[in-house]
Amino acid sequence: MSLLSQFRCCDKCSHTLKNPCRDRIFCMAGKTSCHDDSSCRQLRQENLKVIRNETGEDKVIYIGYGTCGLGAGAEETRQQIEKWLAHNNQEDYKLIKVGCVGLCSSEPLVDIQLPGKERLSFANVQAEEVAGLLDNVFSGVISKAKVLGSFPNENLEPWEKVDNFFTQAFFAGQKRLVLENCGIVDPMSVDSYIARGGYQALSKVLNSSTQEELCDEIDASGLRGRGGGGFPTGRKWKFAYAESSRQKYIICNADEGDPGAFMDRAIIEGDPHRVLEGLLIAAYAIGASDGYIYIRSEYPLAIHRLEKAIKEARVHGLLGSNILNSQINIEIKLKKGAGAFVCGEETALMHSIEGKRGMPRPRPPYPAVRGLFNQPTLINNVETLATVPWIVARGAESFRKLGTENSKGTKIFALSGDINRAGLVEVEMGTSMRSIVETIGGGVSCGRKYKAAQIGGPSGGCIPAKFIDTSIDYESLKKVGAMMGSGGLVIMDDKKCMVDIAKYFMEFIRRESCGKCIPCREGTRRVLQILKMITGEENEDESLNNPLERMQAIVSLRKLARVIKDTSLCGLGQTAANPVISTLEYFRDEYEEHIFERKCSTGVCSALVEYHIDADKCTGCTLCARECPAGAIKGARKAPHYIVNSQCIKCGVCLEVCRFEAVNLRTGEK
Amino acid sequence: MIEKEKFAVVKNKYKNAGPDALIPLLQDIQGELGYLSREAITEVSKGLKLSESKIYGVASFYNQFKFNPPGKYHIQICRGTACHIKGSKTILEHLERELKIAPDQTTKDGLFSLEVVSCVGACSLAPVIVVNNKFHADVDKKKIKKIIKKIRKEELE
Amino acid sequence: MISVKINHKTVKTTPEKTILEVLRKEGIDIPTLCHMQGFPPTGSCRMCVVEVKDFPGLVPSCSYPVRAGMEIQTHSNRVLEARRTILELLLATHPDDCLYCGKKEDCYLLELSSRMNVDRRPYRAVKKEMKRDIASNSIIRDNAKCILCGKCVRICEEVQQVGAIDFVNRGADTCVASAFEDSINLSTCIGCGQCIMVCPTGALQEKSYLNEVMEALNNPAKTVVVQNAPAVSVTIAQELDLDSQVEPQAVLTGILKKMGFDYVFETGFSADLTIMEESSELIERLQQGGKLPMFTSCSPGWVDYVEKFHPELRDYLSSCKSPQQMLGSLVKTFWAESQKINHDDIFHVAIMPCTAKKSEAERSDLLTGGNKDIDAVLTTREFLKLIKLHGIEVEKIESSPADTLLGKHSSAGKLFAASGGVMEAALRTAHYLITGKNMEEPEISTLRNLREHKETELKVGNYDLKVAVVYGLGAANKLLEEIKRGEEKYDFVEVMTCPGGCVGGGGQPFGADQEKIRERMEALYKIDSRQKVRFSHENESIKNIYAEFLGKPLGKKSHELLHVRRTNQ
Repeated sequence: MSLLSQFRCCDKCSHTLKNPCRDRIFCMAGKTSCHDDSSCRQLRQENLKVIRNETGEDKVIYIGYGTCGLGAGAEETRQQIEKWLAHNNQEDYKLIKVGCVGLCSSEPLVDIQLPGKERLSFANVQAEEVAGLLDNVFSGVISKAKVLGSFPNENLEPWEKVDNFFTQAFFAGQKRLVLENCGIVDPMSVDSYIARGGYQALSKVLNSSTQEELCDEIDASGLRGRGGGGFPTGRKWKFAYAESSRQKYIICNADEGDPGAFMDRAIIEGDPHRVLEGLLIAAYAIGASDGYIYIRSEYPLAIHRLEKAIKEARVHGLLGSNILNSQINIEIKLKKGAGAFVCGEETALMHSIEGKRGMPRPRPPYPAVRGLFNQPTLINNVETLATVPWIVARGAESFRKLGTENSKGTKIFALSGDINRAGLVEVEMGTSMRSIVETIGGGVSCGRKYKAAQIGGPSGGCIPAKFIDTSIDYESLKKVGAMMGSGGLVIMDDKKCMVDIAKYFMEFIRRESCGKCIPCREGTRRVLQILKMITGEENEDESLNNPLERMQAIVSLRKLARVIKDTSLCGLGQTAANPVISTLEYFRDEYEEHIFERKCSTGVCSALVEYHIDADKCTGCTLCARECPAGAIKGARKAPHYIVNSQCIKCGVCLEVCRFEAVNLRTGEK
Repeated sequence: MIEKEKFAVVKNKYKNAGPDALIPLLQDIQGELGYLSREAITEVSKGLKLSESKIYGVASFYNQFKFNPPGKYHIQICRGTACHIKGSKTILEHLERELKIAPDQTTKDGLFSLEVVSCVGACSLAPVIVVNNKFHADVDKKKIKKIIKKIRKEELE
Repeated sequence: MISVKINHKTVKTTPEKTILEVLRKEGIDIPTLCHMQGFPPTGSCRMCVVEVKDFPGLVPSCSYPVRAGMEIQTHSNRVLEARRTILELLLATHPDDCLYCGKKEDCYLLELSSRMNVDRRPYRAVKKEMKRDIASNSIIRDNAKCILCGKCVRICEEVQQVGAIDFVNRGADTCVASAFEDSINLSTCIGCGQCIMVCPTGALQEKSYLNEVMEALNNPAKTVVVQNAPAVSVTIAQELDLDSQVEPQAVLTGILKKMGFDYVFETGFSADLTIMEESSELIERLQQGGKLPMFTSCSPGWVDYVEKFHPELRDYLSSCKSPQQMLGSLVKTFWAESQKINHDDIFHVAIMPCTAKKSEAERSDLLTGGNKDIDAVLTTREFLKLIKLHGIEVEKIESSPADTLLGKHSSAGKLFAASGGVMEAALRTAHYLITGKNMEEPEISTLRNLREHKETELKVGNYDLKVAVVYGLGAANKLLEEIKRGEEKYDFVEVMTCPGGCVGGGGQPFGADQEKIRERMEALYKIDSRQKVRFSHENESIKNIYAEFLGKPLGKKSHELLHVRRTNQ
């Protein structure tokens, strides 16, 4: 139920969908409007306080209910909270499901706001801990181990000895523009978005900017495409604007397919209206009357929230015909992807919307000239569009102040892998990799050493320890052979094998190549074959299993990589070999160890590894023999066991279950 | 026959639709039937006036579409980067052994099917498996065993 | 005009052209695998890449428009390495059975590997293993040899609008197949073989009947009868470079005799017969208010297409069998009786420019007493192989007349081979049957060109006839939709499945471009202009067969032997 959509301060307020009013958004947000008398304004201000839960009497529990929260058990936690509230006669508490605040590794997150007091946030609240936590908090006891901090609010009373939520290490190094609402507001409520300044940017451009001015503003901001390519957004808009066509399309690319990336999902789950607002602004800028949001079907929650957002925006007259009395009509449709990584590529994505196989086509013609259904089309990624309202509201100059010479603003990363605090982080361009890993991420997990960060997914590269001080901006990343990419940032410790990582990405590409052009379809297969040969996996051709062939393979690898890059049809193919080139550059010694010594020091490449039982340590407990799925472990009870290597499938169960550290790995000793 | 009725509902929704309705239409059919049957493809071909080979060509391009009924419990194993470095390959091998099926296959009793997915975007929970759209975070061999055991037990009851 | 530099030489050209067009005009041959003249580029093979100064990667010349000031290099080391690598990648999984491949003389992949000097295997991989699809009576598909250039898919979908095949699956698993990867005989395939014509490798070939024919020729118990279509003789003349002064059909008959065929007939004869029956049928429909327009029925791909895509229009097709089948049923009845040969001892071979004819011969509604009228259909290509197999030196062949009784043909029957020819021949006879007089000018020039849609109106007696001629099933489909919507009204429509009619058939030699097809058409018109008998109804053999055996057109015997009651196939 949208409070604001029903809201009328007095009889002078006559806004209806049929008779929209241009100042509606400003009016609701408590700013100047058509009839500016103090009583009305006060009414509106009070309204906002209700929505923002700042009346001083609000009783609210927020729960992190994004995909990460749910995966961590948020639903079970929610049920327990409801049970507790019912049991303790506290049913007047509002339970609000919010998106992810970014601290995914601390999910499920539960925030509690007692009447008149500031909102407190607690980490890792599993279902079984709910009762204890609520008992404590409701009696004023705050567990130091659980509390993350409080959200400062001038209208509410702060908690003593509880730090500001945003001063903790994870947030202190971040600069949150796009994520400002994520995990904080109710993503299912357009009211809470408007109450925090939402849709003012759209109102502003509809009221007072020409399309040219808007394109210029975005161009001046220095914003570059956040989906991976890094093409200047303003220029892209101008191309599409310049085309004279009665029908133009705008597409929001939410087909976030890079493995290790979830920024777009989190933005949509946490703040769907921001994306919608950006999309509407872009549509207005280029003169598009129809828009699509192409979203992965693997993101059901994000789809659900977007659907709701679209519906609510329509109720407010923010999309549809004659938006806010501007004579502008924009329709937005949701299109679900069907599971194809390559559909992140612009032309493939358009083919998919048209109901075809998602295969890219040659450019030119560029989508801005001939795109969806052969009409001029602008395609922007979720994060790019979500940045737009901020730029419009605060001005290009404010945005330009952030970042480096050629990389302006902020960038969101999905931080994961061997890192203590995994999650979603938004940093100012120019922040060093070191500060993301060590400060924000809290360092490599399990006290291990940093080996490399994989940035940019299958199109990107890795950043080895010697470059950990690299500044995160488009140019610096390129210089070290990596790329910004869409924002996947996977940290790897020293137990990871880089040849295996390269092989992993080639396997991914082999699975996801559309199969259209020969270099990508056939070339990446051969690269994978060579990597499998190096890592000793079953080879298609046994005669190739010798050091000379393996060494020659490295030579072919470089040539193949070059040709694939030079000739592939789309960006997916052109960058497909990057992980190989990059690991080969920085971890050549690891490749050589695999090739010449048939050794994988990290023990990851199982074909080059053998499991052994140390007879001195083995007590003959038989546990490993019982757990071995291949029956490869022999030995009598209470006598040392041994592994029959020809039967061993190298699953590692024995190593895992042994309580006496008797099982060990050997490599390169053949 | 039930299949036919379900199909009629979906078809009705796409009356007079153009070829761009193909993918949503197939998604809806699969939502109802669990997979795309031969009959479904023939019907869609008539409805949208597209050749069957075209429809099959489109459907077989995308990971989402299945041409055989999935198991009652469809297990997706994420092979994203974060999951990979957290050992999802071993998890996959373990699942294959436990269920005695390879990816894209269904167990004989129709209870389980297995699918490798590229990345479900829940990297901070790695490694992840998804059972009938429910995410299971930070899984290991033990957890997998427990999940499967639990399902088998519930099914027996 | 803009100027660009090609291999350091300045060249003037007009914008809006692709780089490839400019290069070809300059006489620089760039290899391509997926490029199709007149189709929008798909850019999938990447074989045509060139180096353009200041471009980060190599540029596909087939799709990139030429721009002023471009500096293009077509054969730099970088370009050559890329092209060769692409080829080597294809060869890595391509089966190594060239010696046994039916396409070895015409394989473009083989030609490229020779041109690019491929002499080693830098990438070794397990060869593709895929099931051969041999279930169709017309087309054999060997997906292991497919390089996924997509030309077959485009011809099938964009030109013929049959859509029997498409790309299925993704990435390394991609292949060309019909729905559920079934055999194409279960698909909407009509067997036209245009896919074979564009396939650069041995992935698509006709179903060969050479062995069956050789066996029959060497079987003394068999009387081996052969007929050849009008298109075959002009094509053979072109392929074998025959002297333009000789009558190609006579040379062809000489060749066939030399091979050991016992009797040589011409399909041109039964084409005349078709004209007699079909023009009579048209008149009957005109007089008795039958279904109009009447569609010709001699192109089996077209008949199959109507049955599969527009079944409600099946009765608009003429009930006449095709000339191949008419001759087939006459040989095993009338002729067998007259020669006192048991029809079981006859082996009837048809040499056709067509692959769909192979399937036509197997149709259940065209069997006589459960037996096939035509025992084996060879394409023009197979026939050329048969000539080589027999070691025939064509220059030394003596011309020979066809065997009588079912031998002579008018030039009207000959015209069947070109789009518009059936119409022209039929109108000549219809005119005579309606008015009792021959047309003053038998050549209908508006129907004599390579446009895919032609039409004309003419007054015949009291009838104002409006007729249309189309080739290519895409064009036919357009016409049908217009007729269905009532936008167009015709009395008689000729449809040929293949470009330019049978001269551009799917069984013709590879490498036929528009020019070659035009040449074949011209050869037919030349024959027509030279011949004395230019009207089917004036053909003595035709007169005889009606007098001795058939009675009259549309008579009882005709209906039994020359017409078909089509049943669902």
